[in-house]
Amino acid sequence: MYQFEYHKASSVEDAMKKLASADDGKILAGGMTLLPTMKQRLASPSDLIDLSGIAALKGIKVDGKTVTIGAMTTHWEVHSSKDVQKAIPALSDLAGQIGDPMVRHRGTIGGSIANSDPSADYPAAVIGLGATIKTNKRDIAADDYFKGLFETALADDELIVSVSFPIPKRAAYQKFPQPASRYAMVGVMVAETDSGIRVGVTGAGPCAFRVPAMEKALGAKFAAESVANITIPSDGLNSDIHGSAEYRAHLVGVMAKRAVAAA
Amino acid sequence: MGKVSMTVNGKAVSADVEPRTLLVEFIREHLRLTGTHVGCDTTQCGACTVHVDGQAMKSCTMLAVQAEGADIVTIEGLAKDGKLHPMQAAFKEHHGLQCGFCTPGMVMAGIDIRRRHPKADEKTVRHELEGNICRCTGYHNIVKAIMNAEV
Ligand SMILES: Cc1cc2nc3c(=O)[nH]c(=O)nc-3n(C[C@H](O)[C@H](O)[C@H](O)COP(=O)(O)OP(=O)(O)OC[C@H]3O[C@@H](n4cnc5c(N)ncnc54)[C@H](O)[C@@H]3O)c2cc1C
Ligand code: FES
Ligand code: FES
Repeated sequence: MYQFEYHKASSVEDAMKKLASADDGKILAGGMTLLPTMKQRLASPSDLIDLSGIAALKGIKVDGKTVTIGAMTTHWEVHSSKDVQKAIPALSDLAGQIGDPMVRHRGTIGGSIANSDPSADYPAAVIGLGATIKTNKRDIAADDYFKGLFETALADDELIVSVSFPIPKRAAYQKFPQPASRYAMVGVMVAETDSGIRVGVTGAGPCAFRVPAMEKALGAKFAAESVANITIPSDGLNSDIHGSAEYRAHLVGVMAKRAVAAA
Repeated sequence: MGKVSMTVNGKAVSADVEPRTLLVEFIREHLRLTGTHVGCDTTQCGACTVHVDGQAMKSCTMLAVQAEGADIVTIEGLAKDGKLHPMQAAFKEHHGLQCGFCTPGMVMAGIDIRRRHPKADEKTVRHELEGNICRCTGYHNIVKAIMNAEV
């Protein structure tokens, strides 16, 4: 790891000030993505600004219609929260499938969504449940947030404060884990929400996306057979040593069917 | 360099470290507690697992400065008055180790699993062990030890 300066921020304003005055500063959340990347010298920030001391970024709030999760809330806290289990069991279930227990004890929802790894789990929930990303500057709708491979709508001086998930009528997440890393080869969140059916896919493309054809079919009839014959074009999907684009396209259908059956 | 202070196995410790010093380096090289192992560069093997404020974490993927003020327990902190911790005793009884390289991490993870799942069944233990790799045992006896430890 290259040398850097470490700062602990006391508030969101303090974090933004420290970030602005750094040469090439980076936010540090759980460090479960950033630190391995720095250990491999694939990233070499001049300064790390640690958010772990900011109480306002932690915790889970449920009000009638939404579950709001602070950016620094860990995967374990989301998974084990009785409130989340009651309001959106699919979200608790998803958080419990991320990595392993030690990763879940440190990794945060804000870090995962800011990073937007093409195989990360939370992006499927953000897209599939139609979440809103709240930053220090504005609210960003899920459909406007993911822009491409590790690319999001976040500006350089923008920080995720919390993520709000509207409580769906029903939802389920199904993931086909890459057996070594546990990241999603493909993961699909299917939800029946107040504004209709949403299908959020992660792992298959450069970033999470919806499948309108499946949403329409499920809107007509919410049953696994409705998506059975819908094929996803493999053009532009991810292809690597773990699976071809065609394989991933096929998995989207399989995971969607399982999610509908489980919802 | 900056000063970092924490509690390790019940003792207050502090040292001057670089910000890039990993918690595992602090534990092994500054405190000379070499029971905590390093088995990979990619946060995947779990040999470095310690408890930070009661939760299992991978000390190879934390900076020492992130543990400022924390209460850390390593494998050396488990046995009391020359008596093995029940999880260590279970690994011995069920032969949950061969070369022993993964064992400190397995024991620390095992305690954490039973803390969160007091009556963990085999399926739960296997799912919960996804972050700990053993190249020797084939896991069967590790799973048995974790399930049967009298913690
Ligand atoms: C062994 C292993 C297995 C894993 N398996 C999975 C898996 O199966 N599924 C999965 O989804 N993930 C997996 N992960 C990744 C894990 O979920 C990370 O915790 C997560 O991707 C990043 O969160 P973090 O809090 O650790 O962020 P960090 O690593 O601290 O930061 C990640 C990036 O986000 C930025 N950032 C952090 N917080 C904010 C914020 N509030 N606002 C703006 N920018 C911010 C940082 O600057 C950095 O660029 C795995 C990781 C490991 C090490
Ligand atoms: S040394 Fe920490 S996970 Fe391998
Ligand atoms: S006993 Fe040798 S690696 Fe587990």
